[in-house]
Amino acid sequence: MSQTLKGDTLPKWAPIASLAIAIGVAIALANTTAVAGTAGTSVLAVLIFIAIQTLWSFAVEGRRHAVDRVATTLIYATFVAAAAPLLSLLFEVFTRGIKVFNLAFLSHSMRNVSPLKPGGGVLHALIGTMQQVGVATLIAVPIGILTALYLVEHARGGRLSKAISFFVDVMTGIPSIVAGLFIYTAWILTLGFDRSGMAAALSLAILMLPVVVRTTEEMLKLVPNDLREASLALGIPKWKTTIRVVLPTAIGGIITGVMLAVARVAGETAPLLLTTFLSQSINNNPFAGPQAAVPTFVWDQLSSSTPASLDRAWAGALTLILLVMFFYGAAKLIARYYAPKA
Amino acid sequence: MAKRIDVTNLNSYYGNFRAVADVSLTIEPKSVTSFIGPSGCGKSTVLRSLNRMHEVIPGAYVTGSVELDGEDIYGSGVDPVNVRRTIGMVFQRPNPFPTMSIRENVLAGIKLDSKRHSKIELEEIVERSLTGANLWKEVKDRLDRPGAGLSGGQQQRLCIARAIAVEPDVLLMDEPCSALDPISTIAIEDLIHQLKDEFTIVIVTHNMQQAARVSQTTAFFNLEATGEPGKLIEINPTTQIFSAPREKSTEDYISGRFG
Repeated sequence: MSQTLKGDTLPKWAPIASLAIAIGVAIALANTTAVAGTAGTSVLAVLIFIAIQTLWSFAVEGRRHAVDRVATTLIYATFVAAAAPLLSLLFEVFTRGIKVFNLAFLSHSMRNVSPLKPGGGVLHALIGTMQQVGVATLIAVPIGILTALYLVEHARGGRLSKAISFFVDVMTGIPSIVAGLFIYTAWILTLGFDRSGMAAALSLAILMLPVVVRTTEEMLKLVPNDLREASLALGIPKWKTTIRVVLPTAIGGIITGVMLAVARVAGETAPLLLTTFLSQSINNNPFAGPQAAVPTFVWDQLSSSTPASLDRAWAGALTLILLVMFFYGAAKLIARYYAPKA
Repeated sequence: MAKRIDVTNLNSYYGNFRAVADVSLTIEPKSVTSFIGPSGCGKSTVLRSLNRMHEVIPGAYVTGSVELDGEDIYGSGVDPVNVRRTIGMVFQRPNPFPTMSIRENVLAGIKLDSKRHSKIELEEIVERSLTGANLWKEVKDRLDRPGAGLSGGQQQRLCIARAIAVEPDVLLMDEPCSALDPISTIAIEDLIHQLKDEFTIVIVTHNMQQAARVSQTTAFFNLEATGEPGKLIEINPTTQIFSAPREKSTEDYISGRFG
């Protein structure tokens, strides 16, 4: 009995042909029936595409290939559905933001600039964001890394470590405005400090801390136990093992985690409105007086709602995205630099 | 400065589980002692109990005494860090520090102690340790390359160089060749032959031919059933163990009737 290993297959152009037919049919249907809008038509096109291709494949190739094609189509469709909002958002911000995004925008504050008129810039807010996020990082990163070191290297499932883990999880879920309210009541109302960049940094630190703890914890857990044992067996004390062997091995991932936490809090708006409010001028001192920040700048310009201020709001949003992308790129570079080499 | 080890009534526990029961044996200086036995019989646990690495595992502890030239390493006031400095260890899988160069790996144990060393002194230690581990010729031109870039056999010799760099009196080896190919294994075995002139060596191995080739004394461990603690069945000169073992189960094991 001779059997060939080759089965019948659809031609290579089959998916493209099916897609073309499906799009054509969907558009025709959309024009004649009640299916309205680009989104509805797209979904319809995908469904028709799946139907055409599956039937065709089932007839020629058999059941297994038909199922494979359905699954492949669904996976690509979900990918597109997930990526589309992101790309559309980036596109929107870039095209609208680029209008007034230039050196002048980056090098001027909003001091003495009327909301109605073009001009002014984001410099005061950039300075504020840099300082607030910088101070928050200085507070949250040492505490976060030391907490993670305690949890992974020393506690190993004790009662205190379980409690810490639990509260870190709880902190992860704190809405940012609640962190802002906490600092507002504790730092400004109760302790009597002024609104300042420092107060904002404190609330951002609260938001960063759990992210830093969690990522550092995960990275430390990835360090093979072999290395700790090898170090201890050389007669190296535990604390030196942690500093010289464990931390350097995990440092790439820890830096990435810290940068992601920085990127996350750089875009926070609500806690800043409660803790440092708004400012139109450059305030180089994070410890006294209101300080602007990029997200609150966007919020402020948006609420003025004049054509000039809307342009500035979009440019501010673009600044924020570029800032976060810069942090992320820097994190990747640093992580690559520190990654163990073979 | 090789030292003798006297183990008396050693019991090693993992939490409530007793992994090793009542082991008493003597390890002679300047010789190679091998531990053989089936998986789970506790030979690695005994080995790790000899330099206080057993207790690194959470919940693990030891009773009994292990005397190094008459001084109990489990005595009160004994610092495990000093014990491990005196009794070095090489592990089953080569584990060079991935963030360090070959040179830094060798010096890891030296640099991390509190003493200060001159640059020339450190270079001497690197050359002496790598030569001692038969690795100097292969790596002397690339000491600043990462240790993780070496082959498996070279990595294991790097780990041996790292262990002997701190000048221990005893060297414990936990299946040092089981992750290596035959050529690298021969290289390590040759090295063990040379090292025994300076160190007391204890080696755990699954390979009975290896035990026969490298060791002067062999200890056979066994367990009655899974869940029971491992026990020392007999310890005798290697030639005797492999020609006329005292115990029936030793003979069964080395002749391949079980295990």
